[in-house]
This record gives sequence, structure tokens and C-alpha cells, in this order.
Amino acid sequence: SDDDAYPDAEKSNLPVFTMDYPRIQIPFEITLWMLLASFAKIGFHVYHKITVWVPESCLLISIGLIVGAIMHSVHEEPPAVLTSNVFFLYMLPPIVLDSGYFMPTRPFFENIGTVFWYAVMGTLWNSIGIGISLFTICQIEAFGVQDINLQENLLFASIISAVDPVAVLGVFEDVSVNEQLYIVVFGECLFNDAVTVVLYNMFSFVADMPVVEPVDVFLGVARFFVVGLGGMGFGILFGFVAAFTTRFTSKVREIEPLFIFMFSYLAYLVSELFAISSIMAIVCCALTMKYYVEENVSQRSCTTIRHVVKMLGSISETLIFFFLGVVTITTEHEWNWAYILFTLLFAFVWRGLGILVLTQIINPFRTISFNLKDQFGMAYGGLRGAISFALAFTLPDTIGRKQLFVTATIVIILFTVFLQGISIRPLIEFINVRRTNRNVDTINVEIHCRLMEHTMAGIEDLCGQWSHFYWKDKFMKFNNRVLRRILIRDNRAESSIVALYKKLELQNAMEILDTVSGDISAAPSIVSLQYETRISAKPKKKFFAEDLKNMHNILSKNMYKIRQRTVAYTSKYALPNDSQPREILIRRHSSIRRSLRPGSFHLYYYFFFFFSDEHETMSEVAYPARHSRFGQPKRSASGAMMPLHRLDTLKEVPSVDVLNESEKGSTSRGVSRTNSSYSDSRVPARGSPPSL
Amino acid sequence: MGASHPRSEQHQYHELMAKTGFSLEQIKNLHIRFQHLSGNEETIRRKHLSSIPALANNPIKKEIIEAFFDKRNQHENETGSFEEIGFEQFLMVMSHFRPPTLRTKDEEREALRKEKLHFLFNMHDTDSDGIITLEEYRKVVEELLSKSGNIGQEAARAIADAAMLEVASTNAPDMGPDDFYEGITFEHFEQMLQNLELESRMHIRFLDVKTTTMHCGKATM
Repeated sequence: SDDDAYPDAEKSNLPVFTMDYPRIQIPFEITLWMLLASFAKIGFHVYHKITVWVPESCLLISIGLIVGAIMHSVHEEPPAVLTSNVFFLYMLPPIVLDSGYFMPTRPFFENIGTVFWYAVMGTLWNSIGIGISLFTICQIEAFGVQDINLQENLLFASIISAVDPVAVLGVFEDVSVNEQLYIVVFGECLFNDAVTVVLYNMFSFVADMPVVEPVDVFLGVARFFVVGLGGMGFGILFGFVAAFTTRFTSKVREIEPLFIFMFSYLAYLVSELFAISSIMAIVCCALTMKYYVEENVSQRSCTTIRHVVKMLGSISETLIFFFLGVVTITTEHEWNWAYILFTLLFAFVWRGLGILVLTQIINPFRTISFNLKDQFGMAYGGLRGAISFALAFTLPDTIGRKQLFVTATIVIILFTVFLQGISIRPLIEFINVRRTNRNVDTINVEIHCRLMEHTMAGIEDLCGQWSHFYWKDKFMKFNNRVLRRILIRDNRAESSIVALYKKLELQNAMEILDTVSGDISAAPSIVSLQYETRISAKPKKKFFAEDLKNMHNILSKNMYKIRQRTVAYTSKYALPNDSQPREILIRRHSSIRRSLRPGSFHLYYYFFFFFSDEHETMSEVAYPARHSRFGQPKRSASGAMMPLHRLDTLKEVPSVDVLNESEKGSTSRGVSRTNSSYSDSRVPARGSPPSL
Repeated sequence: MGASHPRSEQHQYHELMAKTGFSLEQIKNLHIRFQHLSGNEETIRRKHLSSIPALANNPIKKEIIEAFFDKRNQHENETGSFEEIGFEQFLMVMSHFRPPTLRTKDEEREALRKEKLHFLFNMHDTDSDGIITLEEYRKVVEELLSKSGNIGQEAARAIADAAMLEVASTNAPDMGPDDFYEGITFEHFEQMLQNLELESRMHIRFLDVKTTTMHCGKATM
């Protein structure tokens, strides 16, 4: 009967409320951990003063320590995050991509020799120096570490001598040092990976061999070249493939960022496959890719890419430091005073010595030499971080003293991050290291940079001497003739001056549009071209509502009309507003001049229209507005406003009826081009003004 | 340079060393280059420099050549331009591009920087009136942009105008609307570029080795 089939005598009803934790456990815990670490990050910035003095990395580790202590006391196991696969495959790539993508390219290439010198020779020097010193210490019986042989010491040394990008960048971002120093430290910590990988593999390979033969050393050197050059090669290859792919993505703008991430990650994974330097691969990929990709993708995608790269890097970094703190408490430690203290000592000493010696050798080859203060900054800024820790964790278990190594690594990391990280800023300010103001984003500066480059190239040609200007020139020519043709969709060679100019103008335009509705004082700089708006000639300090309304009307009619004309359908997979807008760059080339009548003003404006269709030849129209009078408002110092001066040039510009022009233009040339290669703001001005 | 006393040449070189700061080796090498450029004559004219093939693609070729003949770059408080220059003037112009060494003190660095700024300023200020007017600035920008793609003249002008406006707004913010911004004076010019690191951008490593013989394949004049 029915009752026999079910041994439970009770009949069960439909459960209204159930819970199935194991099913979601893993993603759930990941999310919670991420949120916890991010909350910690929010929390730091509540009290601003902390972050000025203590770098975020220290704070995160501290919070991690606390959480680790809590977990330990309730005998919970932390998630296995800092063990090899998860760390190296998931947590490290975003950070390195972040560093590589935002690396300032010009200073990097100008100092590339120095960077590689420090990265390669510095790491070698440190590893061998520390390894041998520790080995000699091990010989002393009293310390009780005699069982560690030379190879194991060298292996350990190679782990802890690598300067870590995560830690260093976290600290150096806040401390503004001169450009040369910054780029050398930055580059060094990214590119020493090749050496670390080789040394690590080599020493762990020979760790249990009793004798190391010269053949092994030779093979090690050969392997270094394979690892280093292979990493760079793969990176550059994937970079070019990514750039080439984005040439064709104009119809699928929504997934453009995906290509960037997938190709970089692919470069990383393929390098890991062949056990070559994956960090170098991803950095080179980002470097190569960035320049071409940013020209191909839309403005939105570009912003998205930058934003997501930053976000992923930030999350990874947060999690890494956090878990460093947690795992510190929860691992088993083996403590040996002598070994650990001597490790600390030797790490300092050898780094300092290394920087000193290497700088002495390379200074004659540099034009801007590093003085002692710079050298101090470099040596002191050599922080160790999570990479060392992960490498220590992945040591093969055949090494007898693995726990000691792990403990020593943690101690070094904590020491450098806390002590050096906190004290580096005051020290650098105290000894007054040379600083550079890194963000000079004005047109004048850009113009003069170009001017200097060309001048230098010319003088070099005159002197008949080669230097890096010559090579740069050659590369730029090659770039323009070959690479750009292949990799960029709209190959229009564009000067960086023009690019910067457009960027600044776009910013100005955005700010105007933003403030029109809010800030009254910015409003009068936009004026219609066709309308003569007569506002009272009395001197006014404020605007009346009517004036404002007039201006709004004019503004909306002139600008938005043009936008609306070109809105296409949005489809299901298109982002909203991601149609084919014509970007309007408004040039507030305005000048105010008091007219003859007291209190009324004339405003002259230019409007420049950059059309995006490649078939259009007209690209810009200069247009002064006449007879527009507005009461001058009390000018507030808003960033968007450029002060208004009369310039001599205004009289020369012919007047053109822009709106009519654009109407004619759009109908005669056809508006929606299905395969038009539009790019939002990166459109150069082309051709000459039409029918003026 | 036919028969010349080695002794007086040495003496001359030492004078030049003191005046320009080059080393003896560098002066000798530059002298060889000078003679190469001048076709073994004593002086160089504009036509000698114009015919260097490598310079043909340089957008500001004219300004560079002009700089050599500009009297202001000789630091002797004269204005105007030469028709032809001798080796000493050639060296003086080249000395603007010496990199600072470790031993350069801060005041010397400042002086060097000012020299470089003056050099740039003189490149703009072709009529030697001490001000860079809008016309002059426009000209330079147009030339700079002339080789990079299809930048129309209007765009170049617009950029030059924007640049002038930038300078005016930062350096003379209190100008009334009626005032006319004459042009960029040297002080304004200095201030405009105050954040720019010139050292790493405006120097040439004058080698101590003879390079004219090391140019495998490079077409020299």
C-alpha cells in the first residue's frame, strides 16, 4: 500500500520556505569577502588624515590581521586565496594589467635601458647577494639552520628579492617624485618578473641536486632570454591582434571592452602555459594595445575600458592585501630569530648596495643622472609584497624548511610595507627629492613638447649624431606608414596637439552644457549664431529670468537640433544613445568687448563642427556671432569659463550660416551611413572650410 | 681648414671650451662636422644647412636653421641675423643643448634652463621685438602641424588662438575686457612652461667619439 512505500509515517507538505546554502556557497563567500574588503576601503577614507600618512596597503593588511585573528579564534579556515592557482591566475593579472595600461609611455621608452638594467641586474644582484650571505649565516651552528643548503638559500633569496608592483605602486602613487625616478621604480617592479621566474624555476629545479654544474648556469641564462623575450613577444603579438580586432568592431560597440580584457588575459594565460614571464606579457600587451585601440573604439568604450581596468585592479589589490593579513594569522609559522633577522638585514643592505653600484655604472650613460637622493628613494622604495608571498607558498614541499621560509617572507613583507611604506613619504619630503609636476595638460605645453622634439631631431640631424630622438623619429615614421594603416580603422594621422586640443575643447563643451542649466555665469558664453538677441543695454550684474530663457532656447535650438537630426534607431543590443551622433565641439573663443554704449557688450563666438563621416570633406566652420548683446553677469570663477579677452583675430573670420550649412550638408551627403566609422570625439579636422 | 697652426688651434679650442662648456673631444668632433657641412670653407651659410637631406622632413626646418643665424642666440645682446656664421657661432648655438652633469649646481641648472627657454622664445619671436604675437605663434603652430595629416589651416589657427588665450588667461587674468593682449613676453613664456621639465627633453648627448665615420648607410651631406 501507499503507506508502506514511505517509511516516514508523516506526510510532508509542500515546503514554503527552503534554504540551500551549499549550492551558492562559493560565489556567495567570494562576494562577501569582496564586499568586506571594499567596506574597509570605504572606511579608511572616512577619516581623511589616515590615508595621508598610512598607505592603504597597510590599513588593509591591518584589517586583514584583525579578521584573521577573529577567524582563528573561532577555528575557521580562511578561503584559499593566496595559494598558487587562485592568486596567479585570478588575482594578479588585473593588477598588472592596470599598471601596464596606465604606464606613461613616453618616459618609459625614454628610460627603457635604465629600467631593464635595474630590473634584471638589480634582481640578480639581490638574489645572489642575499642567498650567499644567508648561506654563510647558516654555517654558524648556534643558529640552528645548518640544514639549509646553498640552493635553498638562493631559492629563498630569489623569492624575496623581487620588488613587488602591488606594494610599490600603492605607495608611490601618493608620493610625487620626479618623473625619472617614478618610471624607473615603476618599470623595475613590473619587469623584474622575468628574472624572478627564471631564478625561481632554476633554483627550485636544482634545489635538491647536490651539485650545480656550469651547464645549468648556462642553461639558466639561456632560459632567461627565452622567458624575457618570449614574454614580451607574446605580449606584443596579442597586443597587435587586439588592435587589429578592434578595427572591425564598429558594429558591436557594446562588447568592445571585452576584447581588450580577453586578449590581455589570453596573453597572460598563454605565457603561463609555456612558463614564460606572464607579467611581462600582459604589460607589453597593454602597452602595445592601448595606443591603437583607443583610436579605434568609441569614446564610451574607451571610458569603460579605463574604468573597468582600474576597478578590477583596485579590487584585486584590496583583496590581496586583505588576505595577506588574514593568512598571516592562520598559517603555521616556524620562527627562527637569527634567520629572520638576518634576512631582514641582508635584504636592506643588498638592496641599498645594489642601487648604489648599479647607479654608478649606469649614470654615465644617462643624460639625467640620479643623484644620491634619487638613489635613496629607489632603494627605500623597494617594497616586497604579495608576489613573494605567493611564491613562498608554492614552494615544493620537498624543501625541508618551507614553513620557515614562509614565515620569513611574511615578516619581510610586513616590515617593508609597514615601516617603509609609512615612512617613505615623510622621508622623501624631508630629504627633498626632486619632484616633477606630472599633470601638465595645457595646449601650450603640448605645443612646446612637439616643438622641442622636432627641434632636437633637427639639431641631431645637423650634428650628424644619433640619439633616441632619431630612433623615435624613425619609429614614428614606420608607425605612420605601416602600423597605423593596418591596425587603425580610420587612418588619419593626427598630431597629438590636435588630439589634446580636441580633448580640452570637448571638456569645455561638456562643462558648458552642464552648467547652462545651473550656473548662470557660464551661460552667456554660448550664443546663437543666427539670432540677435537684444537684451537691455543697461549695465547689469545679474541675469533676468527672461534672458536665461532666451539663452536656453537658443542653445537648445542650435545644438540639439543638430544632434537630433542624426539619431538612428536604437536596437536591443545597442546601448542607449549610442547612435551615430555628430559631435559638436564648441569653441568658446569668446571675447567680450564693451561696445560704444556703456554697459552693453558684444560677444564673438566661433562654432566649430567636426563631422564624423569620412566622406565629408567639410569639417569645420568658423563663425563669429555678431551683435549679440548680453548683460555681463558677475563672472564667477568657474573652471569652465575662460576669461574673455578680445583677440585680434576675430575680425578676419568670415561669417557663415552654420545651421543652413549643416542642413545642406546633411541632406546632400546623406546622414546615416550604415558602416560609417564614427568615433565620438577623436575626429580630426579635415579638409578646408567649404564654400566660404 | 688648410694650413693652420696646431698651437693656435689648441689655444682657440681652449677658449671655446671655456666659453661654451664643451670638452675638447666634443669640440674637435663638432669642428669636423662643421667642416663637413660647410664644404671645407670657413663659414656656413643658410644654403649649406638647407641642403641637409635628413632635415627635409622636419616641419620646423626653417626655424631651426634660422636659429643658427640669429644673433640673439650668441648671448652678446645683439639682435638681427648673420648672413654666415663661423665655427664659434656654430658652437655657441649648439651649447644650448648640453645636458647637465652630476656636478651642475642648482643655480647653473636654472641658468641653463633659462638659456633653453630663451632659445625657444627666439624661435617664435622672429621680429626680435621681445614679444610673441599671435601671428608669430600661429605661424609656428601651422608649421608644426603641417606634416601631420590633413590639418587644415583653420584648425591650426584655432589651436594657436586657443593657446594664446590660455596664456592670456593665466598670466593676465585681471585684464579688463577692453585691454588688448599684446603678446607673450618672456616672463609669461617662462611661466607658461614652468612645469615642463626641459632637461630631459632639450639636450643632445654630444659624443666624444668621431661619429662622422660611424654612419653606416646614413646619408650625410
